[in-house]
Amino acid sequence: MNRPAEDRGASANGPQRRWWLVGLAIAALVVIVLAPLASPDPDGLERVGGDQGFLDRAREALVNILPGYAVPFIDDPVISTIVAGLIGVALVFGAMWLLGRFLARRPSGPQAGPR
Amino acid sequence: MLTIAGDPGLDPRQGFLLHAPDGFLTVPVAAVMWALTLMILAIAVRLSNRSFDERAVPLLGVMAAFIFAAQMFNFQVIGGTSGHLLGGVLAAVLLGPWAATIAMACVVAVQALVFQDGGLVVLGANIFNMGVIGTLGGFWLYRLIAGLLGGEAKGRLPAAGVAAWVSVVAGAVAMAIQLAVSGTTPLEVTLPAMVGVHALIGIGEAVITIAALAFIGATRADLFDMRSSRAQA
Repeated sequence: MNRPAEDRGASANGPQRRWWLVGLAIAALVVIVLAPLASPDPDGLERVGGDQGFLDRAREALVNILPGYAVPFIDDPVISTIVAGLIGVALVFGAMWLLGRFLARRPSGPQAGPR
Repeated sequence: MLTIAGDPGLDPRQGFLLHAPDGFLTVPVAAVMWALTLMILAIAVRLSNRSFDERAVPLLGVMAAFIFAAQMFNFQVIGGTSGHLLGGVLAAVLLGPWAATIAMACVVAVQALVFQDGGLVVLGANIFNMGVIGTLGGFWLYRLIAGLLGGEAKGRLPAAGVAAWVSVVAGAVAMAIQLAVSGTTPLEVTLPAMVGVHALIGIGEAVITIAALAFIGATRADLFDMRSSRAQA
């Protein structure tokens, strides 16, 4: 197995190091700008479920945390959606970061050592 | 907020309901899909572990966060119906199929666990239909088409667009089959309906996938090399 040499220069220097903050900001912007504009119409599966009458088979979740991308105690629906979305973005990012660290750090062969 | 569990009169969508809730599939069908998804995730963890570059960790987080955010934006398709991004092909083009599979599983799991979007019993099926089909099947198709177009650098956008569209329609076919096997709704009725709606939604998927890749190509084209340098290993 030969691994091509990787050029590490590109991501090692100053401003580019925190480029992921820009990526995260884009995700947040999508939540803030686009999520409140989301179409309230049923999506593909829900539409077919409604047309064919199996939507009522849906069972309620046992535990509701932030159901329907809304924060229960925030009355303004737009703010509620945005806050819920930002919480989700942070959770997904954090979970994936931790998972990624775990995946990347696991020794994968003789060449894997402490960073 | 407390809701009365099991009240059939309750509006099943509180705000958005995008993913299959529990009750759509029978427990045996859901269990088979869970087993299949867990098996694929175990392979994904092993394979992405083998070829994972530490530099790609932030990209993994950003992609998953972006896909979560983008999935909140339902766009209008005709006839009072909406659709939203799945993102499996987009994730796989950037992260590689195995890391992308893990990212999609993470997104769909958070949606189910925290936002009650999609049931927990059917979570395996939802991860498979909306994630795995795009990250593995869609990515395979992407590579195939890109190869025919003379390589990823040349054919990236059209290949990703076609793969994105196909992955949405294929996910709809898979869902229709699972609904039929569960006895929820007959295949001959559901399959054309699901494919018809998702053929339109898939156009949105293709547009967003191409736009996101074009944006990355214009601003941080080096991110594309992160996967290719690892994928060769």
